[in-house]
Amino acid sequence: MKDNIKFVQGNEACVEGALYAGLDFFAGYPITPSTEIAEHLSYRLPQSGGKFIQMEDEIASMCAIIGASLTGHKVMTATSGPGFSLMQEALGYAIMTEIPCVIVDVQRGGPSTGLPTSVSQGDVNQARWGAHGDHAVIALTASNHQDIFAITVEAFNLAETYRTPVILLFDEVTGHMRERLVVPEEGEIPLVGRLRTSVPEGVDYHPYLPREDGRLPMSDFGGVHRYNVTGLFHDMWGFPSNNPGVVQGLLRHLMDKINNNAHQIARYNEYFVEDAQVLLISYGSAARSALHVVQNRRPRGERVGLLELQTLWPFPVDLVRERCRAPEIVMVVEMNMGQVLQAVKLGVDDPEKVFLANRIDGSLITPTDIRNILRVIQGKGV
Amino acid sequence: MPVKDYIRERFFPHLWCPGCGHGIVMNALIRAIEALGLSKNEIVMVSGIGCSSRISGYLDFHTLHTIHGRALAFATGVKMGLPELNIIVPMGDGDALAIGGNHFIHAARRNIEMTAIIMNNRIYGMTGGQYSPLSGYGTLATTAPYMNIDHAFDVVQLSIAAGATFVARTTTYHVQQMTDCFKKAILHEGFSVVEVLSQCPTYFGRKNKMGSAADMMAFYRDHTTPIGSKKKKENPDLIERGIFVQKDLPEYCRAYDTVIERAKGKGQKG
Ligand SMILES: Cc1ncc(C[n+]2csc(CCOP(=O)(O)OP(=O)(O)O)c2C)c(N)n1
Ligand code: SF4
Repeated sequence: MKDNIKFVQGNEACVEGALYAGLDFFAGYPITPSTEIAEHLSYRLPQSGGKFIQMEDEIASMCAIIGASLTGHKVMTATSGPGFSLMQEALGYAIMTEIPCVIVDVQRGGPSTGLPTSVSQGDVNQARWGAHGDHAVIALTASNHQDIFAITVEAFNLAETYRTPVILLFDEVTGHMRERLVVPEEGEIPLVGRLRTSVPEGVDYHPYLPREDGRLPMSDFGGVHRYNVTGLFHDMWGFPSNNPGVVQGLLRHLMDKINNNAHQIARYNEYFVEDAQVLLISYGSAARSALHVVQNRRPRGERVGLLELQTLWPFPVDLVRERCRAPEIVMVVEMNMGQVLQAVKLGVDDPEKVFLANRIDGSLITPTDIRNILRVIQGKGV
Repeated sequence: MPVKDYIRERFFPHLWCPGCGHGIVMNALIRAIEALGLSKNEIVMVSGIGCSSRISGYLDFHTLHTIHGRALAFATGVKMGLPELNIIVPMGDGDALAIGGNHFIHAARRNIEMTAIIMNNRIYGMTGGQYSPLSGYGTLATTAPYMNIDHAFDVVQLSIAAGATFVARTTTYHVQQMTDCFKKAILHEGFSVVEVLSQCPTYFGRKNKMGSAADMMAFYRDHTTPIGSKKKKENPDLIERGIFVQKDLPEYCRAYDTVIERAKGKGQKG
């Protein structure tokens, strides 16, 4: 086997993607089913001069990566539901202070300790609304190891492009399952480095003054420019402000920089969507079963298609609305009580034709489950 | 450099009440940094939330004003990203030892080089006078209207037990000693803790009938004594001041360099 072909867990595919993207600082706290990410990185990072630290909890992990990112490093943490809950306040801080970072949530069953070793996709809305206050987030997912690798690289790229935390919502099945991964050659996937200011030493640098294109160049904290960073509403200097204009301006900026670029941030795969009478919308490990249904029914002449979402937030509403126009039935396949279903229903012209095929018992939804639910919807009985 | 050159005048007027001890701490800190001849660019200040934490905004260093209780966790990431800089973390007693208590003991245990300043006013100033883990049994607070039955930590004992390699205590009355403690703490290669008894006349003082700010400072004068003094033997209730611990143990970031060396050796072997 060639060196760059591996047979690995999804969690390792994420590790490979992160290292490919230039990760050089990781802080985390062990939790099933994400722990392998920390374990592998504790081994791999120092080999290339990077740093790994096991913190005292997930709050501290999230805080530590924010601190390290500010000093110019590419950073990540990884956890599962209970730890993701603990991270929310600091996640909001990273949003407010516009500090790039990547947070992996390998989802398990919840709420609470829930089902530590079973699959779920119950944290989709937590990723969207876990932190308090109005805000926008980027959350991505993938259904196979090659895509987990690529979307992890993408997460780092988007974090730098938009100066924002990016959440990777994987799940227990993809995280633990073993599958082939081909690690791309260096340079095969473009990487976005940190946009650093060209303001020279000794000249005033405004950490929160967007350029014309909306991006905010950074200056490595502790370097040649001294500035203030705060989670309070702040002006272009980073100084606290409760001036209504400043407050409204900052909040709009934080929302707009992401929501206005939803189209650019949308990542997805499509299978037989063009002429689909039944459109399945799915993501993560559930999309594997959905794809199986499509591949299985097409040869039998059933016009079933799959839209596999990789960007969950900002919700690619234009894409979904457009793709849902022609099909007679839209079925969202997910392992929760309908979290993406809600977003689809809100977005489409005709919400009555949108149905849910789900499993919430800690088991992977199977192609048979999906088939059976579809038959019920179609009035064919099981 | 004059004191005012360390200050961001844009941030003034400050939000501290008249007589608050936190300004005295800021003054002593500036004098310590000045005496050490450190440039403003060599200092990173990371703080949480509270009246005390506001120091970071007022000073012209690299300043990171974070969330309540988590300053040391942020500072850990900053330090690992930039091991060559001096990190100073000013905290209130609630910030450091209630919500942030876990981060405090773990930062101390790791012996990561940074200076934790605990401005102990025995109360939550910023939120208006609720009891803190340092208020102590029998005190009054807005959330202990009858009497506080929580026992207080001894910050020095706690720091030592957690593994801090430099531990000192002083008060706002003893500014010379405070400056001296800060100087030594900043130079210390490891996790250093300086507890400063700092008066909050507005809440702790008023609730507990401690008098004016000056009265509260006189209290520090009369109820503290240098470590191991004769007075302490005669009156065990006196609070000791001075440097309790100053020892050398491997510092976290330097130890991490060893990890990197080992990993690189292993990486080459395949
Ligand atoms: C998570 C969270 N909980 C509570 C608060 C409210 N809060 C702000 S400062 C503070 C305590 C301040 O007391 P202390 O840390 O002792 O500092 P002081 O103001 O007395 O200097 C509290 C409870 C907060 N900001 N964040
Ligand atoms: S409330 Fe207390 S701690 Fe806060 S500024 Fe006033 S005197 Fe100082």
